[in-house]
Amino acid sequence: MPLWSRIVNVFRADTLNREIDEEFESHIAEGIAQGRDPEEVRKAFGTPLRQREQSHDIRVVAWLESLRADVIFGWRQLKRNKVTFTAAVLSLAFAMGACASAFRLIDALFLRPLPIAGSDRLYALSRQAIMPNGKLKVYDGWAYPPFLLMRDAVKGEAELIAVSYAERMDLTYKSDQEMEKAYVQYVSGWMFDSFGLRPALGRLLTENDDLKPGAHPYALLSYAYWTSRFNRDPGVIGHTLQIGNTLFEIVGVGPKTFTGTEPGTITDVFLPTMMHPWVSRPDADWIRTLVLVQPGVPIEPLRQKMDAVSRAFEAERAKSFTAWPKWVLQAWLNQKMLMEPAPGGVSLMQSDYRESLGGLGVLVAMLLLIACANVANLMTALAAARAREMALRVSIGAGRGRLVQMVLVESVLVASLSAALGALFTWWSAPFIVSKINPPDRPAHLVLSTDWRVLGFGLALIFGVTLLLGLLPALRVSTLEPISVLKGGENPHARRRSMHWMIAAQVAFCFLVVFIAGLFVATFQRLSNEYTGFSSQRVLALDTNTRQNQSPVAWEQMAERLRAVPGIEKVALCQWPLLSGISSNGFISIHGAPSSNTLTDLLGVSPGWLDTMKIPLIDGRDFRPEETSPGVAIVNQTFAKTYFHGEDPVGKSFTLSKGNVYRIVGLVHDARYGSVRGPIEPVAYVPFRSIGKDGSLRPVGSSTLMVRTASSNPLALASTLRKAVSQTNSEFRVSNIRTQQEIIESQTVRERLLAMLSLFFAGVALLLAGIGLYGVLNYSVLQRQREIGIRIAMGARQAAIVRLVTVDIFSMILIGAVAGVALGMASVQYLETLFYQVKGTDPVMLVIPLLAILVAAMLAASPAVVRALRIDPSEILRAE
Amino acid sequence: MKKPDTLQGSLDLLVLKILSRRPRLHGYAIMTAIKDTSRDVLRAEEGSLYPALHRMEEAGWIRAEWIMKDSGRRARMYELTAIGRKQLAAEESRWQAVSSAINRVLREA
Repeated sequence: MPLWSRIVNVFRADTLNREIDEEFESHIAEGIAQGRDPEEVRKAFGTPLRQREQSHDIRVVAWLESLRADVIFGWRQLKRNKVTFTAAVLSLAFAMGACASAFRLIDALFLRPLPIAGSDRLYALSRQAIMPNGKLKVYDGWAYPPFLLMRDAVKGEAELIAVSYAERMDLTYKSDQEMEKAYVQYVSGWMFDSFGLRPALGRLLTENDDLKPGAHPYALLSYAYWTSRFNRDPGVIGHTLQIGNTLFEIVGVGPKTFTGTEPGTITDVFLPTMMHPWVSRPDADWIRTLVLVQPGVPIEPLRQKMDAVSRAFEAERAKSFTAWPKWVLQAWLNQKMLMEPAPGGVSLMQSDYRESLGGLGVLVAMLLLIACANVANLMTALAAARAREMALRVSIGAGRGRLVQMVLVESVLVASLSAALGALFTWWSAPFIVSKINPPDRPAHLVLSTDWRVLGFGLALIFGVTLLLGLLPALRVSTLEPISVLKGGENPHARRRSMHWMIAAQVAFCFLVVFIAGLFVATFQRLSNEYTGFSSQRVLALDTNTRQNQSPVAWEQMAERLRAVPGIEKVALCQWPLLSGISSNGFISIHGAPSSNTLTDLLGVSPGWLDTMKIPLIDGRDFRPEETSPGVAIVNQTFAKTYFHGEDPVGKSFTLSKGNVYRIVGLVHDARYGSVRGPIEPVAYVPFRSIGKDGSLRPVGSSTLMVRTASSNPLALASTLRKAVSQTNSEFRVSNIRTQQEIIESQTVRERLLAMLSLFFAGVALLLAGIGLYGVLNYSVLQRQREIGIRIAMGARQAAIVRLVTVDIFSMILIGAVAGVALGMASVQYLETLFYQVKGTDPVMLVIPLLAILVAAMLAASPAVVRALRIDPSEILRAE
Repeated sequence: MKKPDTLQGSLDLLVLKILSRRPRLHGYAIMTAIKDTSRDVLRAEEGSLYPALHRMEEAGWIRAEWIMKDSGRRARMYELTAIGRKQLAAEESRWQAVSSAINRVLREA
């Protein structure tokens, strides 16, 4: 209690003094009441002021009281310079908030361990192999049968857990017409048990739910999904949900904190792996493999054991790969298994955004440094104005320590105020950025918890900023020479010089931000302007499913029916849209020669598809309705260049793997299929109708209807088309409608985000640096107006004055720019994977930021220069 | 003008002892009590009594409370706390030890 009362007393100092005085008064009154002479009583009591001081010091925590005084004094200083400090706090708040946001994202995506038992013993497997295109690639997909073999091989030392890639799927709780979308993840039944998880409701999936293919139609809802979809209704247990043609019974709700194993996605529904249609296929890679290692088991032998099992499996399987070129086969068999710690889980978003977040982190750190330099300069300028006050304080006996504390308290005030505002900014901005990460039809969900790492980062940020702001002024105060200051002779150049160096630093950081932003923007621009070879305007893609697989003829009838819908110009079928990220490919051979070394992309399309997509024919013709695959094909220019040395291939034939022969009936212009990046691959379009081994038409369960509309806003027709499809044939159901434009843009979501954010940051950096420059120049003109006035009076020419005012600053800008270029060259190599067709060494990319900084500097310098030129010597000299 | 410093750091002991006998006294009364019970030999310097009282209060040995007196003036009354009681015992035994030691020296030297 006593310490507490002493702390409380700090904040009621006036009341405390009054109480002490009152007690003294009552003492004297008592003495008078006892009949003593008032004069004598007072004399005997001594000096009340001194006694009060003594009592006061006893009853408060002295250091806290001086701190409180400093805070109040600092606050008054800040209030006196309201506008400048508001600007300082706002710019700092923005920079600190941006840093904290970047850290929150990094924390949520990479640092936060999964809320499970033994997350520190969790590893993820992947394989590193040379791909047929000759590039080294790491991929983490596995087929289920080899997974089971690996699981058996390490039994007792580690538990292997299969988790599918969380997938946005159609499902329904009622009728087919009320389909909705949810993230579905197939997981090993024993996963929950191994992770030590408890259900929030009902039961979890168990090993017994994962024994026989197709035999365990049970579903577990995640807590988040249960909350958002069912409003935490406990009655959902026992209900069924339908995915495809299977009815799943809901057996429970998962624990509150567990959102799946993929940071960036919150799984809605967990299903047992045995319910996946590909669970028995040895050739379909659809699961990730997580390894929960028993405590104390060494990692490397474990990895080798699993690697051997996996390789043996693939080698056995490869015996049937006769169509593969030898070196491709060899490279594929030589793949190496990697086993990396994955305490936070594994997701695609992690690999997609690792460098991006690093890059953004660098940008916001630079912003913070620029903002700090600004505020530090501001404080230096203000400290200059207070040099006399400080000198006076020293000469009447203030300790250096107290002065340093006073200066630091001001920095702490600015830093904490900014941090509070910055926290608000972070609270808004981090979720905003997450919402921009994925296209709207596949929303990203990142669990942005405010854990001790984020709080610790915030505190470290405040501490760092305080030091950056306050250290220099504090050091200066501690070496203050009161005599020279009071004589008015403190060396003003020292102060100005330090401000100038700050400008150089700002320019260097600013250059880095603008430079990197330029690279991101150029990347995005080049990707968006990348020639696609087809027209995406007014085109809709209707991803459509059927309950039972339907004959291609039924699909063609559906397309025919849609052509009659008003506002529709053209309709055609294809397996999936161009640039949707899905592709199929194979090795081909010409005239029975060994297979090519390059892969050819394949796509089944209906007659009229080329016309709908506006891909022009160069030679030959479109497919005819009765043509089937295998049989005929239409190829692109790259195909002709690759396999026929650029000659017209129409009329010639090629063989696809398994000996299917295709006769080329048409040659079309190149169009992008797999990716908007890189060179265009050879493509062979084949008829939508394909025939099986028995010679009958192969039924199709899902496909895409491409629709070219007359309207400039094609999505306006979405619901009409949806209805038309289900009315025409109740077997058909549209699962997703996107514009072709959206599909293309979703390939560059990351680049767009980076370009947008970095452009914004570059603008802010230029603005902040400009403000800083303006402040410093203005200050130095003010400080030197006597000198300038005298020079003008002596007849100095305007050019000389301009030179005098700006020469120091612009040489600093030059130094800063050189440092910035060096900094940029050094850092850009870490971000290289994020750039497309731009290089950091490109002179244009270097010149643009330099010009931007120069223009900003000139704009920022002009008010001060004008001010210097307008100095009226007579006025200045009179004022002296 | 100079008064003999008769208390020699034993002011705490005296105050605690007096408060242990007569709870709830204000500063003036404590001062008078010291004077009276010592038959005018010991005298607390009026001004320095209060810093001592406040120090003991912050140490938790005594606690204070304001009461309204008949004169309409508030007075601050002090009383001993449990910690103060222990402190008193400690100070008393220390004083006994010191004074008996001094007595021994006076007798035997």
